[in-house]
Amino acid sequence: MSLRRLLIALTTFVLLSAPAFALQPPPGQSEFVPVDSVPLSDQLPAAPLLVTAYAFVWIAAMVYVWSIWRRLNKVEDEMRALAQKMPRR
Amino acid sequence: MRKAFGPLAAITGLMFAGAPFMVARAPYESSMGLVQKIFYFHVPSWFAMFTAIGVCGVASLFHLFKTSPRADRIAEAAGEIAVLFGLMGLVTGPLWGRKAWGVWWIWDAKLTIALLLEMTFISGILVRKYGGPGSDKLAAAVGIFGLAVVPFVYQAVNIWRTIHPLTSVVPTLPATMGGPFWFCVAAYMLLLVVLLMMRVNLGKRQAALDELYLAYED
Repeated sequence: MSLRRLLIALTTFVLLSAPAFALQPPPGQSEFVPVDSVPLSDQLPAAPLLVTAYAFVWIAAMVYVWSIWRRLNKVEDEMRALAQKMPRR
Repeated sequence: MRKAFGPLAAITGLMFAGAPFMVARAPYESSMGLVQKIFYFHVPSWFAMFTAIGVCGVASLFHLFKTSPRADRIAEAAGEIAVLFGLMGLVTGPLWGRKAWGVWWIWDAKLTIALLLEMTFISGILVRKYGGPGSDKLAAAVGIFGLAVVPFVYQAVNIWRTIHPLTSVVPTLPATMGGPFWFCVAAYMLLLVVLLMMRVNLGKRQAALDELYLAYED
């Protein structure tokens, strides 16, 4: 009976020790190794560049349309003011 | 022409709103991946710029030799719009280059000559604004000179050894990439037409105001 208990205790110890050793943190970095290129995970993401390109096209077109509209309003205002100043014939 | 403006503007807006969906459905390029999709906004900008320069150059020729105020207004409008599309190309290009080449800008032949073309048309605007009497003829000469430079800008990648993709890229596009690309080109061309109509109308009103001032002084 005691031998059986001893075997169970030993088996339990062996089975539990394996995961316990496996769950140990990896050893700390002992040295820094330089590389020439940036690791893939740190590379510049493409999506913000793509979105910026599309947004810039929209913004540039809208600003230009607004500038035409502003200049046209200015001309129309000036024409109205001048027409009021002119003597009627 | 005025009646067509509203529908044209609406179609242009819809096409620009739909462009990202078309571009999203286009396949990724094998070596550049997602960032290559800037191509769909970048190349049509240059196509639109070259077209605007074509309009500006022809109108400038007409004005220089026949002295036509109408042709001058068209040349002025097209020159200004060429600067706008050039700016789009010069901003979207470095955004693409930053990821594809690792740098925002490189002084290679294609990029440098494209920048010079943009500066040529900016100088045309400055000549008109600060050139005084006769500046319209000077600006017309600048417009013609700009038109003469366009073939060199387009062919730069074939003439000189550059880092920029070659002109053979567009004719060899597979249908899955060609569809969204030509859709974007059509959207840019419509935008060019709409902006040209607006800007020519502004020039017309400015001319009417000048006539009104002359009548007032008399």
